[in-house]
Amino acid sequence: MSKYEALTGDQAVATAMRQINPDVVAAYPITPQTETVEFFAEYVANGEVTTEFICVESEHSAMSACVGASLAGARVMTATSSQGLALMWEIVYIAASYRCPIVMSLVNRALSGPINIHCDHSDVMGMRDSGWIILFSENCQEAYDNIIQAVRIAEHPDVLLPVVVCQDGFITSHAMERVEVYDDAEVQAFVGTYRPKWSILDVDNPKTYGALHFYDYYYESKRQQAEAMAHAQRPILEVTNEFNRQFNRHYGLFEAYRLDDADVAIVVANSTAGTTKVVVDSLRAQGLKVGLLKPRVFRPFPAKELANALCHLKAVGVMDRSIAFGSMNNAGPLFLELTAALAIHGVHIPIADYIFGLGGRDIKPGEIESVYRDLLRIAETGKVERLVTYLSVRE
Amino acid sequence: MATKLIPKELAKKPDRLSPGHRLCAGCAAPIVVRQILAAIDDPVVVANATGCLEVATTVYPYTAWRVPWVHSAFENAASTIAGIESAYRSMVRRGKIPDRNVKFLAFGGDGGTYDIGFQALSGALERGHQFVYICYNNEAYMNTGIQRSGATPLGAHTTTSPAGSVIPGKQQMRKDLTAIIAAHDIPYVAQAAPTQWKDLMEKVRKAVNCGGPAFINVLSSCNRGWRHETYETLEITQLAVDTCYWPLYEVENGVWRLTYKPKEKLPVEEWLRRQGRFRHLFRPENRHLIDELQAEVDRRWERLLFLCGETFSA
Repeated sequence: MSKYEALTGDQAVATAMRQINPDVVAAYPITPQTETVEFFAEYVANGEVTTEFICVESEHSAMSACVGASLAGARVMTATSSQGLALMWEIVYIAASYRCPIVMSLVNRALSGPINIHCDHSDVMGMRDSGWIILFSENCQEAYDNIIQAVRIAEHPDVLLPVVVCQDGFITSHAMERVEVYDDAEVQAFVGTYRPKWSILDVDNPKTYGALHFYDYYYESKRQQAEAMAHAQRPILEVTNEFNRQFNRHYGLFEAYRLDDADVAIVVANSTAGTTKVVVDSLRAQGLKVGLLKPRVFRPFPAKELANALCHLKAVGVMDRSIAFGSMNNAGPLFLELTAALAIHGVHIPIADYIFGLGGRDIKPGEIESVYRDLLRIAETGKVERLVTYLSVRE
Repeated sequence: MATKLIPKELAKKPDRLSPGHRLCAGCAAPIVVRQILAAIDDPVVVANATGCLEVATTVYPYTAWRVPWVHSAFENAASTIAGIESAYRSMVRRGKIPDRNVKFLAFGGDGGTYDIGFQALSGALERGHQFVYICYNNEAYMNTGIQRSGATPLGAHTTTSPAGSVIPGKQQMRKDLTAIIAAHDIPYVAQAAPTQWKDLMEKVRKAVNCGGPAFINVLSSCNRGWRHETYETLEITQLAVDTCYWPLYEVENGVWRLTYKPKEKLPVEEWLRRQGRFRHLFRPENRHLIDELQAEVDRRWERLLFLCGETFSA
């Protein structure tokens, strides 16, 4: 029987990790702190899990130990945030290229400098092309559910890629919400046992991992990695659908909220999607046909599916919580990628980008409403006057 | 029963590092690695830092390693092996895999150990993982073209501490990493050289069976960087030992012990003279550097004798 608990996002993730009881967790909780690691350390100390917990001396070593443990055939998890992820960066790429099915909880927080610690998406956007599967979570429940699914997705024999599960720093990670926590046994049955095909501990069949690939083989290894990512969507949906059936959820590649008959829509990830739903409802009550698309699977990017879901609209507004510095009009990464997806799939509708909430700056319903009003104007005139708008910033 | 450390017995063991690798003629690294692997009868798993040993033994699709082996990055051999070792302990404890008494080794050059990998190594030692870290120390970043490291001795010419007309080579003494590791108070720390193969192999056996983390610093000549003939590798290595520039000792559970005491302590000059990287030191204006290096060798040797409870001797 599942039960409802009041949990923060960090606690929700730690709870999922307790239920999964991985073979190895390697984490460094300090740059900046995610309480997930502290909660998990308590589970270890109290014997609630039998995981080998490696409390390393840096995030670089956290990811390195995760890679080693994963190559040994262990089920491996870690958690980090912001600078910690930045410090891991070198090994983040290696984890993906060695096809290590590591699951990482990432509390999205701003990258320095200047030092900040509050929410934005600059950390995850730095790893978007690293070869990890990236899942976004609107709230504590989704973070919990995504972590459980991430294990199965990562270890799926047709995937074997690391998965990162994002949630918004403080807004989700430190905010207490009502979370449906499933029965331990049910979660354990869902994640099952990891049966690795290869292990560096197979001393009778010694293998070399991470050999030097020159120009004669490196390219092929990267091509294979791209191929794995290209084929990951089907297994992701298989796992998602199985999860939905078992736990009565409705996850997909993204969530469409009052989108079918909408004239204009906002595309926004993580917690702001929740605030946007409130705004959608209030504008709908005024008779305005507005909707929302909330990405869940960001890597692999579901370009075609997004184009199909948005093609009937008269205007689309993307809300980006990070800047791709020096890109076209200093836009956000989600906007750039979505714009390309729409163009490639023949969807020619006006689209604009709204940068918001950097470094944890609050985003209020009124600001989201102003974006909708802007989009409705664009829908009427068919003209985008400002391609990229920085919301609520002192200029 | 462990294989006896006699050539006749050791020769019967299958080589765990195959011939055909691409390390240079005259390189001491494969000698060191083969001696170490031959000393261990149990299964081993190896993590290798980026460096000559790594690039030259695993040019895909070939590998010289007949034991499980991984390379991840430059600075993380210790944390990578820590992850593997933790996974092993976890999965054995959970009954997922049998306990095969597997030994975990990490190999890193001096760059990957003294410098960029130092933090990861220190952390892994402090956490008490059961592994042996071997530094094959050729005293510079040889793989990338002979750049200075924290292990490069005073006065040595490298490509980033060149012997120029104003600055005659490296300006600093090398870091005493073995003593720094000993300060971690881990069960076993040693310094060794491939010329004293039996001493090295005995140290390896102590290290793998010490029940905790262990570290062995092995002097490993690079004839490309040290500038000597390929056939002189071991002769010059032994001179480093006999000049007490590279003393052989161990620190077992905090107890320091000399494992080799030269009959006659040779002047460090005898070791320097044989290597092109020190050639400029023999110009009259640089003579003082040899004197300084000799003074430092003497100081460290005397400190070591003291720590080992030996009497002072010049």
